[in-house]
Amino acid sequence: MSLDLPLTRNVRPDRAPTGFDAYEANGGYRGLRAAIGMSPADCLQIVKDSNLRGRGGAGFPTGMKWSFVPMDNPGGGHKYLICNADEMEPGTFKDRLLLECDPHQLIEGMICAAYTIQADVAYIFIRAEYHKAARLLREAIAVCYDKGYLGRDILGSGYTLDMQVHSSAGRYICGEETALISSLEGKRANPRAKPPFPQVSGLWGRPTIVNNVETLCNIHHIIERGADWFQALGLTEDAGTKLYGVSGRVKNPGCWELPMGTPIREIIEKHAGGMADGYQLRGFLPGGGSTDFLTPDHLDLAMDYGTIGKAGSRMGTGTMIILDDKTCPVGFVKNLMEFFARESCGFCTPCRDGLPWSAQVLDDIESGRGQAEDMDTLARQVEFIGAIGNTHCALAPGAMEPLQSALKYFREDFERHISGSACPWCDGGAH
Amino acid sequence: MSDRNDAALIPALSAIELTEIDAEIAHVPYRSAVAIDALKIVQAHRGWVSDESLRAIARHLDMSADELDGVATFYNLIYRRPVGDRVILLCNSISCWIKGCEGLREQITGQLGVGLGETTADNRYTLLPVTCLGACDKAPVMMVGDELHENVEALSLQAIFGDSGGDK
Ligand SMILES: Cc1cc2nc3c(=O)[nH]c(=O)nc-3n(C[C@H](O)[C@H](O)[C@H](O)COP(=O)(O)O)c2cc1C
Ligand code: SF4
Ligand code: FES
Repeated sequence: MSLDLPLTRNVRPDRAPTGFDAYEANGGYRGLRAAIGMSPADCLQIVKDSNLRGRGGAGFPTGMKWSFVPMDNPGGGHKYLICNADEMEPGTFKDRLLLECDPHQLIEGMICAAYTIQADVAYIFIRAEYHKAARLLREAIAVCYDKGYLGRDILGSGYTLDMQVHSSAGRYICGEETALISSLEGKRANPRAKPPFPQVSGLWGRPTIVNNVETLCNIHHIIERGADWFQALGLTEDAGTKLYGVSGRVKNPGCWELPMGTPIREIIEKHAGGMADGYQLRGFLPGGGSTDFLTPDHLDLAMDYGTIGKAGSRMGTGTMIILDDKTCPVGFVKNLMEFFARESCGFCTPCRDGLPWSAQVLDDIESGRGQAEDMDTLARQVEFIGAIGNTHCALAPGAMEPLQSALKYFREDFERHISGSACPWCDGGAH
Repeated sequence: MSDRNDAALIPALSAIELTEIDAEIAHVPYRSAVAIDALKIVQAHRGWVSDESLRAIARHLDMSADELDGVATFYNLIYRRPVGDRVILLCNSISCWIKGCEGLREQITGQLGVGLGETTADNRYTLLPVTCLGACDKAPVMMVGDELHENVEALSLQAIFGDSGGDK
């Protein structure tokens, strides 16, 4: 075995789900046994030492996030762990792989995470369209109750945990963790003001941790094999492995688990097979639709949080979207802006009214109706809507990231649309 | 709320639906917390949520109908109008756009005779746009009912929709 790839070791080439027996035969639920043999505080220390950062997009250190959960629970009320399986960031297709191919891995990770923060109820909040994954998870949870891995007194440890799948009803904003909590409470999915942070007052006012699928899939591996093992998996300062993906006009679009910090060039050229015949690379969003463009100049950078951040973008979800030379950059950004405008939850004005305005300006430019001053309008929108703090949540600033970087790297393409009163790539962009 | 199980509500909310909704209520601290689950339960049985069902659910959950409709209309996969037997969810997010989802939409419109938001005259399909379906490496993609179709080409549409073609 050359590479140690813990997250996808049970992913079969045909993507058929790994069932309970095969999962356990391949070392499954050893991490759970290791965890309940330790104190929650010891588990937390290992996760902290591992330097695991959240894989949902923001990269927040997981151990630190958990450390804000109150561990003395005088009233004895519920504490919640929620798995964020809402995966709807445009261009992101990594959690689906983990959910459909290895449901027990997520469940084991969640039991270990819940034990660490001493949550007694866990939810998997899954987007409505992931029918197959939801079914597999429900079946796997039922098996775990039968085996005594869920429910009362798990494996005789005295620890009790209930787990349930909640299938959502649509809307991208549900992936934002406080909006997710609103939705789980049966309300419109409007994000909430922080503080109070969910760790202290989340679902139904109780301490709540929300973590991404991929984050949680790491937990039992870390607890079983240790922080040093996990740190050593990464090639750079960030630890572990990462599911990286490439979509767009490459020869072999896909999703692969690779060491954290794998160079971008290796991901695009080796794993994704390079550009499709007849297409040149012009740029790419490194981690989903709300990250800033990078260009071929950045190909030799390591795909990790720090390096991509320093290059002016974000690693986000780690799934790259390729802009090729036969696709119009204005049309590309317009598609994203229309998405964000549609998905605004409507709570705050700069987002609710600002994003449709940006989309309109982009549509004018793309359709050949653009004016020179539209460039200034877009720049002002980026400055105002993109500033953290001017909007109630991160959706709107995220929406501005592809636009602001497109204005930087593809400015002449915007200007050619305006001066020529037409899209040089013709009627509406991609073909 | 003595009228919660009023016989007059039955047509708008069946006994099976009530049982399923009550099973959800057992897990939560207050009734209205299951609003979305309840809407989805009714939709699973009837395909959509009518005004009558909405009012009946609202009464059962101790909510006003307006409040529940505010929840229902927030979520794009709660249908407040009738839909066809199967809903086509056509991804129009970025990776599918790069790979030609707009052309695909035109093909589907041509074949089924419906635009986005419309239902075929034979009531078999409703065509809706949807956010990135998490299968971007297989773009363009769409769902027909619960089934995901990957790398969809104009040529594969005939096989997917069978004889439901032409201006119905
Ligand atoms: C608009 C918006 C959408 C989001 N969607 C998701 C999502 O689908 N899945 C996810 O894990 N995180 C999503 N996030 C990030 C979550 O708010 C949260 O940071 C994350 O679930 C935390 O998990 P992690 O610490 O394990 O990364 C979204 C954030 C925003 C602002
Ligand atoms: S930024 Fe947009 S999505 Fe976020 S709260 Fe404001 S309106 Fe809602
Ligand atoms: S963009 Fe269509 S599946 Fe992701």
